Amino acid sequence: MSRITDTFGRLRAEGRTGLVTYTTAGDPDLPRSAEILKALDRAGADVLEVGVPFSDPLADGPVIQRASERALASGGSLRASLSLVARVRPRVSAPIVVFSYVNPLLRMGVAAFAKEAASAGVDGVLALDLPIEEAEEFRETLAASGLDTIFLLSPTTSEARIGKAAAMGRGFLYGISRLGVTGARDQVASGAEALVRRIRAHTSMPIALGFGISSPEHVAEVGGYADAAVVGSALVSLIAEESHSPRLAERVEEYVRWLKGGSAGASSPEPLGAADAASNSAGGGAPRA
Amino acid sequence: MMAQMSTVTRRDPDARGYFGEFGGRFVPETLVEPIEALERAYLAARDDVRFVAELDRLLKDYVGRPTPVSDAARLSQAFGGARVFLKREDLAHTGAHKINNALGQALLASRMGKRRIVAETGAGQHGVATATACALLGLECHVYMGAEDMDRQALNVFRMRLLGAEVRRVDAGSRTLKDAINEAMRDWVTNVDETYYLLGSVLGPHPYPLMVREFQSVIGREARVQIVELAGRLPDAIVACVGGGSNAMGMFDAFLDDRDVRLIGVEAGGEQIVRGRHAARFAGGSAGVLQGTRTFILQDEDGNIELTHSISAGLDYAAIGPEHAWLRAMGRAEYAYVSDADALEAFQSLARLEGILPALESAHAIAYTRRLANELGPSAIVLVNLSGRGDKDVQTVEKSLAEK
Repeated sequence: MSRITDTFGRLRAEGRTGLVTYTTAGDPDLPRSAEILKALDRAGADVLEVGVPFSDPLADGPVIQRASERALASGGSLRASLSLVARVRPRVSAPIVVFSYVNPLLRMGVAAFAKEAASAGVDGVLALDLPIEEAEEFRETLAASGLDTIFLLSPTTSEARIGKAAAMGRGFLYGISRLGVTGARDQVASGAEALVRRIRAHTSMPIALGFGISSPEHVAEVGGYADAAVVGSALVSLIAEESHSPRLAERVEEYVRWLKGGSAGASSPEPLGAADAASNSAGGGAPRA
Repeated sequence: MMAQMSTVTRRDPDARGYFGEFGGRFVPETLVEPIEALERAYLAARDDVRFVAELDRLLKDYVGRPTPVSDAARLSQAFGGARVFLKREDLAHTGAHKINNALGQALLASRMGKRRIVAETGAGQHGVATATACALLGLECHVYMGAEDMDRQALNVFRMRLLGAEVRRVDAGSRTLKDAINEAMRDWVTNVDETYYLLGSVLGPHPYPLMVREFQSVIGREARVQIVELAGRLPDAIVACVGGGSNAMGMFDAFLDDRDVRLIGVEAGGEQIVRGRHAARFAGGSAGVLQGTRTFILQDEDGNIELTHSISAGLDYAAIGPEHAWLRAMGRAEYAYVSDADALEAFQSLARLEGILPALESAHAIAYTRRLANELGPSAIVLVNLSGRGDKDVQTVEKSLAEK
């Protein structure tokens, strides 16, 4: 049984809503990325998505585009992302999912990638622009190295394709709550619950729901129907804002504790500042109400 | 003269959109089903005689097709070799071949009930063509354009605005065509229910490479008849510039079964074949996935897309259409590249010798033809696709000549 499956099994047994975090490997630089991953784990994040920076992130909104640019500028790459995972793995208990556009994976070679990712301690892989129809061989190669292939499902996904993803996916399914690129929003999309119910009709596999999550209320709301909520752009915004602060990792830890409902005695951090709201505005919404 | 689309032998990619090992559909999940719907709509439209007749009517009465083939006698003489003929896509309405595809897809969008069109543009020719088609059919039009391209193609930016389109500036990445496509795809994925993405070349996820090639294949169907009328036989070689490669595919398509006709695509050699200073995918690239399709791309060892350079905005792109990669792999088409400097010289030659200002993109094909004409000798016939007119490039050329 994979570390991902174990984690979701435990969440269900304890009746808790999981929190999946997304950060870009190498943002703001590789050493601090390592500190951030350890902080996320300490704060109780249940799954860590490690984003591989890419030159052309066409499914991402401005917040994660900028993170990708910062990471590439500081030496980020697929290889560097795997080294980062290898470095933090002994200190991190949460499962780690590599989140990448497909071209860097193809460039390394899927077989070589699977081997290196497994030896670095990666648990699962999500290739953002590799739809189910293209993923058969990819999934088998990953599975041979013990890696889970995670599929995205969108409000536009048909019943037939949900069924295929449920059959082919391992670990969990990642539902995206709205059309569009990544980015934090004021509210969880109204169609999110309907999507999760449609997926549930096909599978009992755990479901994480993302795109727009930025508050404990969102996490609680998502917990009403999904196994976990994914926080991405809101967290990446915080990292951008605090990137010059010596307390970066600490702030990340506080933020995730706050998202998880203020458990473990953390105080609520200050709301994100005006600079952050501005950096998000092009993405169509403020990071948090 | 104008063959109907439905009467032509079809060369479709396989069911998953592959030409050999190139093509496919590498898109975020949200776009998969909308693209499948687009594919169904397109396949139904091309079999619908009313759709085909309406497009043929517009190509004739609105675009001014067929465009002529001109015997470039003085250019041939100056090149001192083969007899050169020019397929005059520069004479199509809006000044380039791009209108053939823009009208076809805009009609398809209307048929699908989509009233909002998004498009990307590099040189601005596809943006102008799309803005034109949208004005004609009463559709809302948003064109994404890289900031660098907006600066060097200012005339086309103004033309698009006059035609009622909203031009959106893209400041990300290399600020050229690739980044405009990223941004157009982000718009599409966000507004997919009401929006039609009108992609301008034989690029992107299936069915775009097929659909754009078929809308452009009118070029080759006309030219194949015209060259035989004018020269008495098929040409020895056909030359076309290749950015994404839609004018070249449109021209090559009708000649694929004519095994004695060499098909030559000309890429942008830029300053030199050094990382970041050219856009010759077959000279400096390798197989990979960019913007929805598996093809030859310019990438670094980590799989990130390299910056490109060309004096010509329309050729300044890191990927080539997947069908070109396939034709090359099969040995059916050849690919070469031409430097900025040679393209600039060809631009001037064509202006002085034939009274035609070519687009800088098309000037690459002319420059390569000079070499080829010499190599083939006076008994040979070369047909060049003159894909667009050069008015848009006059300022760029003026600036480049002043710097010399």
